[in-house]
Amino acid sequence: MAAPDTLSRTAPPSPGGLLRAILNTWRFARRHPTVVIGGGLLALIGLATLLAPWLSLHDPLEINPLARLRPPSADHWLGTDAVGRDLWSRTIHGGQVSLVIGIVVALLTTAVGLVLGLLSGYVRWLDAILMRFMDGLMSIPAILLAIALMAVAKASIVTVIVAITIVELPRVVRLVRSVVLSIREQPYVEAAIVVGSKTPRILVRHILPNTIAPLTVQATYICAAAILIESLLSFLGAGTPPEVPSWGNIMAQGRIYFQLAPWIILIPGVFLATTVLAINLVGDGLRDMLDPRFARRL
Amino acid sequence: MWAYVLRRILATFPVLAVVAFVVFSILHIAPGDPAAIIAGDQATPQQIEAIRASLGLDRPFHEQFLIYVGNVLQGDFGTSIFSGVPVTRLFWQRVEPTIALTITTTIVTLLLAIPLGVLAAWKAGSWIDRAVMSFAVLGFSFPVFVVGYMLIFVFSIQLGWLPIQGYRPLADGFWPFLRHLILPSLALGLSFMALIARITRASVLEVLSQDHIRTVRAKGVPTRGLLFDHALPNAAVPILTIVGVGVAILLGGVVVTESVFAIPGLGRLVVDAILHRDYPVIQGVLLIFSAVYVLVNLVVDLLYVVFDPRIRY
Repeated sequence: MAAPDTLSRTAPPSPGGLLRAILNTWRFARRHPTVVIGGGLLALIGLATLLAPWLSLHDPLEINPLARLRPPSADHWLGTDAVGRDLWSRTIHGGQVSLVIGIVVALLTTAVGLVLGLLSGYVRWLDAILMRFMDGLMSIPAILLAIALMAVAKASIVTVIVAITIVELPRVVRLVRSVVLSIREQPYVEAAIVVGSKTPRILVRHILPNTIAPLTVQATYICAAAILIESLLSFLGAGTPPEVPSWGNIMAQGRIYFQLAPWIILIPGVFLATTVLAINLVGDGLRDMLDPRFARRL
Repeated sequence: MWAYVLRRILATFPVLAVVAFVVFSILHIAPGDPAAIIAGDQATPQQIEAIRASLGLDRPFHEQFLIYVGNVLQGDFGTSIFSGVPVTRLFWQRVEPTIALTITTTIVTLLLAIPLGVLAAWKAGSWIDRAVMSFAVLGFSFPVFVVGYMLIFVFSIQLGWLPIQGYRPLADGFWPFLRHLILPSLALGLSFMALIARITRASVLEVLSQDHIRTVRAKGVPTRGLLFDHALPNAAVPILTIVGVGVAILLGGVVVTESVFAIPGLGRLVVDAILHRDYPVIQGVLLIFSAVYVLVNLVVDLLYVVFDPRIRY
């Protein structure tokens, strides 16, 4: 999906510093359009959610029975819900919940998955147990496993994060393990062993750096998946507590009014889909950037 | 070959055992007393005790697990705490809409996604290819329920062509049955379609670059025959693999789709069970869906031998 790499070779002799910076940015954008589009969209959404307290005209929790189910207007940019709460401020505040959950799950899954994957790739007896367990976890459809975990936990942002992390973990463990298994057969690792490097040193100095590129790509996909699963869980009533204005909750509360006020569901839905799309685009772009062999295949 | 088939079949047993163990343990890894969790916040100590006794939660963990597995193997998935009905009976009451939905979705998905993927591979680099690939990225990013509501908004509310929600059993006639499944199948199938179109394109593209395809072309076989009779069968193994993996998306999506379109299937059963903390029901459906997923992937692995006779293992 990467654009043909022509500009970098026919580059004009570089003039001043600022101009060169602009040119370099332009070249980067031409070569990796998906990263730039995805990153741009993501920056916009991130900015709107970060600045939510200043960008919203109303308190996201403020109930106004006189302004129920209003369509978008000058006072309520995106309309109001069934109890008169302003949807624009609820939606941008909801973005905070989604992005925080996405980022925390991505970091947590990567960290835990990295440790388990390294152990699994290097400790034979642990590998057998751990991988059978991961196979089992992966055989349970993700959303259902998350639902079952939430069914026994108290609804809160923390439990949602833990549940989604458990669901997404096997993918990271498998990825890290496969990298370890292929790298440990490389001549330079064998050379390090011959020279007398200890296992922890080999893991940190030789194996770990090779996992960074694929893990970064995987982490972006997990971030997108986590945002999706959170909204699904909240939509089904098994996610963040209903008083939290997350996108899934806003949509769940708009369900029975869909024919009267379709915007209550459609607006957070479009925000959700755009966010996930933006993160996936960044992920695709990173994948092509970090592994050019893959770009030609998919 | 038979050795491979046998080995592959035997390999599903440990996976199913781990699935059963995970599904069973979920209730026990949660902090707190499982009986109190199921009973909910307003339960009296007597109610909690009753639940503890009825689920056998007073026995040691390994004993409980063995009893549960033994019961499941005999077709007994326990009894719903909320309705007092055996989970197996609830399952049979709700299974028809879910089977109908998954089958129509799979048919729609394969009929649309595979030709799209072949087309994109054939016209690789053109605007058609780029359009198909953009559709794939979009389709993968749009959550099932957002797509579902968008479809309802356009085709049911604005245009009035299709029913908004609900389900009609096949016994009510084929057309009413199908009319109620069109939008749910499209919503549920979108991300599955995106996945399969993408992998079809990639694997057909790889086959098209091989020597035997050039020979076929030199023989004068028309393009359609070349693509569908020669290239596609050779690209079947990766496509099949992804179809198998994608069944997980389908089974998870069923839960959401059935909620959006008010279809009284197994997905609704699970969602209602969450609200009532009806753990035996959640456990049973989780186990059945996972078993279906494992078995579908077993069939996929066995089909490799049919599609690619070189695979002998």
